[in-house]
Amino acid sequence: MTWSYLLKRLAMFVAVVLLAITVNFIVPRLAPGDPTAAVLEQLLSRGQQVEGSQDIVAAYRARFGLDEPILLQYGRYLLNTARFDLGSSISYFPQKVESAIVSALPWTIGLLAVATVISFGLGSLLGALIAWPGSPRFLKSLSPALMVLSAIPYYLLALIILYLLAIWTGWFPLGGAYSQIPQRFDPSTLWDLAYHAFLPALSIVLAGVGFWALGMRGAMINVLGEDYLTLAEAKGLPKGRIFFAYAVRNAMLPQVTSLAIALGTAASGSVLVEVAFNYPGIGYLLYNALRSSDYFLIQGVAFFLVLTVALSVLILDLIYPLLDPRIQRR
Amino acid sequence: MNSLARHLATSTRFVIANPKMLAGLILLLLLVLIGLLGPLFIDVRLAEPISVRTNQAPSAEHLLGTDSGGRELLAVFVAATPQTLRMGVLAGLIGVLIGVTLGLVAGYFGGWADRVISAITDTMLTIPPLAILLVVAASVRAVNIEMMAIIIASLSWMFAARVIRSQVLTLREQSYVQMARLSGFSNFRVIFREILPNMLPIAFASFVGAVSGAILAGLGLEVLGLGPQNTPTLGMTIYWALLYSAFSRGMWWWWGPPIIILVMLFVALFLISAALDEVANPRLRTSK
Repeated sequence: MTWSYLLKRLAMFVAVVLLAITVNFIVPRLAPGDPTAAVLEQLLSRGQQVEGSQDIVAAYRARFGLDEPILLQYGRYLLNTARFDLGSSISYFPQKVESAIVSALPWTIGLLAVATVISFGLGSLLGALIAWPGSPRFLKSLSPALMVLSAIPYYLLALIILYLLAIWTGWFPLGGAYSQIPQRFDPSTLWDLAYHAFLPALSIVLAGVGFWALGMRGAMINVLGEDYLTLAEAKGLPKGRIFFAYAVRNAMLPQVTSLAIALGTAASGSVLVEVAFNYPGIGYLLYNALRSSDYFLIQGVAFFLVLTVALSVLILDLIYPLLDPRIQRR
Repeated sequence: MNSLARHLATSTRFVIANPKMLAGLILLLLLVLIGLLGPLFIDVRLAEPISVRTNQAPSAEHLLGTDSGGRELLAVFVAATPQTLRMGVLAGLIGVLIGVTLGLVAGYFGGWADRVISAITDTMLTIPPLAILLVVAASVRAVNIEMMAIIIASLSWMFAARVIRSQVLTLREQSYVQMARLSGFSNFRVIFREILPNMLPIAFASFVGAVSGAILAGLGLEVLGLGPQNTPTLGMTIYWALLYSAFSRGMWWWWGPPIIILVMLFVALFLISAALDEVANPRLRTSK
């Protein structure tokens, strides 16, 4: 891994995070009136007494330092965000935004990570098998079905699955992540968690599997035309070894690149899936924040989404040269 | 006139010979017709809230029932489908325009312009669009269809820019382009007369992709309740249905049709862009 590659990726990461912070900083200031007025108006428009509203306004004034020059405000904002000080939630005042996010985060990461790994692995394998000349016929006929599946967005698929498997048949729970708040980890708790996570995970897997299968099929077709594959066959290597070690291994490289790009979509998609299933992760937190106009919570969640995806992309970028030594030369 | 007729004939033959294109176009046409012909038979004003009795199941009077806000749902779908399409097409157009311009500049001129544009494109690609959309839409609040399209387009031009740039890189080295440059034609003329016409299939393919992406992004905003409040759209209908728990109340006529229409729309756009991809990238054609 060369230094310039490393520096370039790090710079990209910093740029993405800076952009997200800057958008968070600028957008509320573009709206007419100062941010405090906007917050107050939102509180009033909800037509309810908010306990300690004086405290909230004071907290905002201090946070924004509204009478200071704009650059100073920006600097302060950057510094606060860098220290993960994202302000206080309005609906759950004085709970801090970052602590609300941290308590919702494990649910989202667990769901998204497991579902993405399954859909990436399953999709890539399916795509490879569809392109492989030696695989059975029924696999090839899967191709159109996968195409249609990849066209349907996460959220719509989640609603369809919710109706079919939870409401109509009643096989799975309507939503939530557990029957009772898990106290300790024993087999029955784990079973309960898995039972609740199944449908949201299924939506993410089904919505993603077609995309990965189609990408892998394309990459496989290119690899299968290469000379080294003919040579491997002429040498009489076992079919399984040619498939995995020669074809799939090389066709996987573009898949890993797409993984970096697809993560952003997957994160956005899973946010909406959580809303459909009332799954208590970041997405559900966001939905509640939107419904109660909890502006700092919305900003915090958005920033966190960007941060998580940017971090994953950075890690993928750093792993990539290990998978494909050719990238070092660039 | 003659060449136009020939063009039409070739495209018709292409559409008929390509089942994906044909199926996609038929689906899309159906959806466009809902918006075009629907208002002739159905009173679209009933899509406004409090214009009919609430929570009615489908009947002879209200073919697709009514919702809890007192809208007739058939009228809502007739009014909403073209709005959703319009938002998508508008956002797609703006996005592709930005993408094609940046891709052309980056690919044709190369050098630092390419480096800067490519760096911005790569960076923007890794940002989850929903995150930025949320912040903007949540603070603007009263968005309309056009604003939504602009916001979405500003976050979705990257795919077009990438595709166009790599296409320009290969076209630039073609002998006829070299010829034109050696003949002393201006860059402007080379780009618009020699390169651009040859990129139309790819630009169109990325346009279709961008429309589909924009509708998807719009749907994301709408189901979170950030869509236009006064214009009926398919996503907002689903949002209201979820908000009034139409799912557990068994009001399938409320959330079922918008989901079906949206699925049809996404499948149609996907089929069309897959067919266009095959034209632009002949390597895919060999593998059925």
